[in-house]
Amino acid sequence: MSAHADTHAHDDDHGHHHKETFVTKYIFSQDHKMIAKQYLITGTIMGVIGVLMSMMFRMQIAWPEEPNVLFEALLGKWAPDGVMDADIYLALVTIHGTIMVFFVLTAGLSGTFSNLLIPLQIGARDMASGFLNMVSYWLFFLSSIIMVISLFVEAGPAAAGWTIYPPLSALPMAQGGSGMGMTLWLVSMAIFIASSLLGSLNYIVTVINLRTKGMSMTRLPLTIWAFFVTAIIGVVSFPVLLSAALLLIMDRSFGTSFFLSDIFIQGEVLHYQGGSPVLFEHLFWFLGHPEVYIVILPAMGLVSEIMASNSRKPIFGYRAMIASILAIAFLSTIVWGHHMFVSGMNPFLGSVFTFTTLLIAIPSAVKAFNWITTLWKGNLQMNPAMLFSIGFVSTFITGGLTGIILGDSALDINVHDTYFVVAHFHLVMGISALYGMFAGIYHWYPKMFGKMLNKNLGYIHFWITAICAYGVFFPMHFIGMAGLPRRYYTNSNFPLFDDLANVNVIITIFALIGGVVQIVYLYNFFVSIFFGKKAPQNPWKSTTLEWTAPVEHMHGNWPGEIPHVHRWAYDYSKPGHDVDFVPQNVPLKEGEEELQH
Amino acid sequence: MTALLTIIVLVFILVAIWQMVKIFDLAQAKNENTGVATDKDNTMNGYLMMGFLAFIYVITIVCFVKWGDLPLMSNSASAHGPTIDNLMVISMVIIFIVQTITQFLLHYFAFKYKGEKGKKALFFADNNKLEAIWTIIPVIVLAGLIIYGLSTWINIMGVDESDDPLVVELYAQQFNWKARYGGADNTLGKANVRLIDIDRANILGLDEADPNAQDDVITTELHLPVGKPVLFKMRSQDVLHSAYMPHFRAQMNCVPGMITQFGFTPTVTTADMRETPQMKEKVKKINDIRVENSKPLLAKGEEPLEPYTFDYLLICNKICGKSHYNMQMKIVVETQEEYDAWIKEQKAFKNSLIN
Repeated sequence: MSAHADTHAHDDDHGHHHKETFVTKYIFSQDHKMIAKQYLITGTIMGVIGVLMSMMFRMQIAWPEEPNVLFEALLGKWAPDGVMDADIYLALVTIHGTIMVFFVLTAGLSGTFSNLLIPLQIGARDMASGFLNMVSYWLFFLSSIIMVISLFVEAGPAAAGWTIYPPLSALPMAQGGSGMGMTLWLVSMAIFIASSLLGSLNYIVTVINLRTKGMSMTRLPLTIWAFFVTAIIGVVSFPVLLSAALLLIMDRSFGTSFFLSDIFIQGEVLHYQGGSPVLFEHLFWFLGHPEVYIVILPAMGLVSEIMASNSRKPIFGYRAMIASILAIAFLSTIVWGHHMFVSGMNPFLGSVFTFTTLLIAIPSAVKAFNWITTLWKGNLQMNPAMLFSIGFVSTFITGGLTGIILGDSALDINVHDTYFVVAHFHLVMGISALYGMFAGIYHWYPKMFGKMLNKNLGYIHFWITAICAYGVFFPMHFIGMAGLPRRYYTNSNFPLFDDLANVNVIITIFALIGGVVQIVYLYNFFVSIFFGKKAPQNPWKSTTLEWTAPVEHMHGNWPGEIPHVHRWAYDYSKPGHDVDFVPQNVPLKEGEEELQH
Repeated sequence: MTALLTIIVLVFILVAIWQMVKIFDLAQAKNENTGVATDKDNTMNGYLMMGFLAFIYVITIVCFVKWGDLPLMSNSASAHGPTIDNLMVISMVIIFIVQTITQFLLHYFAFKYKGEKGKKALFFADNNKLEAIWTIIPVIVLAGLIIYGLSTWINIMGVDESDDPLVVELYAQQFNWKARYGGADNTLGKANVRLIDIDRANILGLDEADPNAQDDVITTELHLPVGKPVLFKMRSQDVLHSAYMPHFRAQMNCVPGMITQFGFTPTVTTADMRETPQMKEKVKKINDIRVENSKPLLAKGEEPLEPYTFDYLLICNKICGKSHYNMQMKIVVETQEEYDAWIKEQKAFKNSLIN
C-alpha cells in the first residue's frame, strides 16, 4: 500500500514542477518546507518588535522618567519631550508579553520546526493537508498584521498585561488601551488560535498516518514526539482561551456579564451583575499554563535531538524522555491554579494545585539529568547549535528550580506578581525556549536554506547572549524577593525600594547589550541565505531521515522512493560500525541487534 | 544621560556590525570555515564552558552577598511570617545545592568531553538504575516540601473566628486604598457599590439603613493594634487590585463583585521595627542614596528628596491601570492604647454623611 502511495505522490510532484509560479512557490505555497520558512521569518520580525519593546521599557525602569531620544523617535506622541508615558509603558509590557509568548515562541518555534521536521523526519512527502497548512500560516500572518496595527490605535494598544484580566481589559474607561486596542488584540488572538488549531490538527494527523515504513512510534526522533504531544496540548487547551476571548468580547460589546459584576467607575455604576473575574482567570490559565509547555516542549525536543547528534551518543533514556514528555503534558493541564493562589479562590483548591504543580518537577528533573548524562563520555562537537542546547539545559535548571518556590502556595503569597516571577518564567520558558529555537535554527539552517551559517558569528552570538541572559534575570530574583512588584512604571514613589535602583540599572545594561547582540544573529541569518557556504547533504552527520533528502528543496522531499526505516534515531557511536553514526534508513547488519528501547 | 547612553548604544551597534562583517569576510577568504566545529572550536568552547560555570557561580555569590540580606526575608512583622520565611530558606538551600551540582556537571562534562577527531563516544543508551535514582530522589525531596508547604499554607489561610479577630475592610479603587473598621460592634455594615452616593459622601456604598453600618469608620490610613489577630475583608469597586503587605507576608486580590479575605496577627509595632538594627541600616543606606540623588535636583534649584523614614505599606500588586505604580497606603502598627486613642478620633459613618 505504501509503495502505491509513493508512486502516486511522485506523479503528483511531476505535475507541480511545470506550473509552479512565483506566487505558488514563495507566497501561497503548500509545501511544508516553504511554510516553515514563512513561519520563521514572520516570527523573527515579530521577535525584533518584541525585543525592541523590552529594551525600551527596561530603559524606563532603570532611568525613570528621563528623556530619551529613542523614545521620542519610536513612541511619538506617547513620549512627550522624550519622557515615556505611563500608559504606553503598560502597553509595551503587554504587547511584549503577547508577541513573545504567542507570536515568537508558539508560532515562530512550533510553527517553524513542526512544519519543517515532521514530514522530513517521519518520511512523508508533505503534511497530511498542505492546504490547511497554508491556511494556518496565512491566518497567523493575518493575526500578526492585526496585532501590529493595534500598536497604532489612537487611544493606545492593549495595556492590561498579557493576561488581559477583566475588568481592566473589559472597560475602556478603566484604561485607554482597553478600547479599540483591546478589541484588535482579541480579534488578533482569536485568529491566532484558529491558525494554531489548524496547524496542530495537521501535525497530529500527519504523525499518526504518514510515517514511512518501519517508522514505529518508538523509533521516532524525540523532536517528533515533542511536536506531536505539543500539538495535542494545543488542541486541548487553545479552544478554552478562544471561548474566554469570545465571552470577553461579549462582555465588552454586547453587555453580557460573564466576568463583570458590581462595578462603580468614573462616577457611575455599571449594569453588570453576577459575573466573576475569577472565572476569566480560570479560563485564561487553563490555556495559559499548558501554553508554557507548548512553548518549552518543542524546544526540549530540538535540544534532545541536537545534543545526541553533537555528542555523538544516543540520547540517554529514550523511553524515559518520552514518558516525561507525556507526564509533563498531562500534568500541565491540571496545574493552572498555581497562577491564582491569591486570586480569592478557595484555599483548599490552592492546596491541590500546589500538589500537582510540584509534581511537575519530577519529570523535569528526569529530563535534565538525562541530558546531562547524554554529555557524559561523549565526543562533543561544539557547534553553535550544541552551545545553545547546553545553554538551554543550564537556564532550564536555573529557572525551573525557582518554580519550587512559586509553586508552593505558602511561599507564593509573598513573591506573587513580584519580579521574582518575572525572573523565573523568563529563564525557564522565555530564554530556554529562545535557546531551543536558536539551537534549532543553527542546526537545521542547512536543511532550510541549503547554506551554512557562519559558525564564528554563532559563537559570538551565543556567548554574549548567554552572559546577558544570566546578567538580566539572575539579579532580578533578588529584587523580587525584596518585594518589588512587577509592572510598575517607576519605583520612585516607594523610597522603600530606593536601594534596589542600582540593580535595575545593571539589569538594563545587560538587557541592552543582549538585545543589540541579536543583530549579529540577524546579520548571519539573512546574509547567509544569499552568501553562505553551500551546505553538504548531512553537515552534522546525523541519523535522522531529513539528512537523506537532497539539499535542493523539491516537492515531495525525496526523488524516487521514500526511505524505509530500520532502526531508531540514535545509533551514534554504535559498536560494530566503522562510522560513528548509522542513519535510520540503513538496514541492520547481519547479527546486529536493535536496542530494546 | 539617557540620550548619551542611547547614542553610545547606537555606536556600539555600528561598531559591532562592522567588526562582524570583517570577521565574516576573513572567515570566507580563508575558505576553511565550513560552518562545522573543528577540534580547535571544541577546545575553545570547552574552556569557555568552564569560564561560564565560574560566571554563574560568581554572579550567584555576588547576588547573595550584595542583595541577599533580603530586606524582607529576615524581619517579618506578622505571627505567621517566620513560618513562611523558614520554608523559604529551606527551599532556597535545596535549590542552591541542586543548582550548584547540576550546573557543575553540565558545564564540566561539556569541557571534559569536548570532541576530538578520531575519538569515539561511549554507546550508553539506558540505565534503569540511574534513572530510578534520579526519579526517586526528587520524589522524596518534593514530598517533604509539599507536606511542609501545605501545612504552612493551611495554617495561614485557615481563619479562626474563635480568637475574635479585629475585622477590617480593605477597599480598593483606581488608584487608592481605604480601610473600614466595624466600630464598637466590630461588625462591618452591608455594602455594595450600587449604594455609592458621592454627593452624600457615602463613598464605599454602605447601606445607610443597616444598623451595623452606623458606627463603621472609614480611614485612609491602616492602623492595627499589635498582637491582635486581624481579619481583612477585601473589596474592589472597579478592576482587580491586589492588597500586598510584604512586611507581613500577606497578599490577597481584591475582586469586584466578591469579598476576599486574609488574616494575620501583626507582631512588631512600627516604632519597634524602626529601631531594629537591620532596619536602621537599611534606612541609612536609602537616605544616603536619596541625598546623592538630591544633588542634581538642588543644582537645578528644585526641592531635594525628602528623607525616608520606615513605614509598613499596603501596595497594589495587580496591574490596575495608569497609576498602578503609585497605589499605596500607610500601615501603622501600634500598641492597643495608641490604637484605641486613634480610632476614637475617627468619624463614625453616620456622622460623616452629608445630608
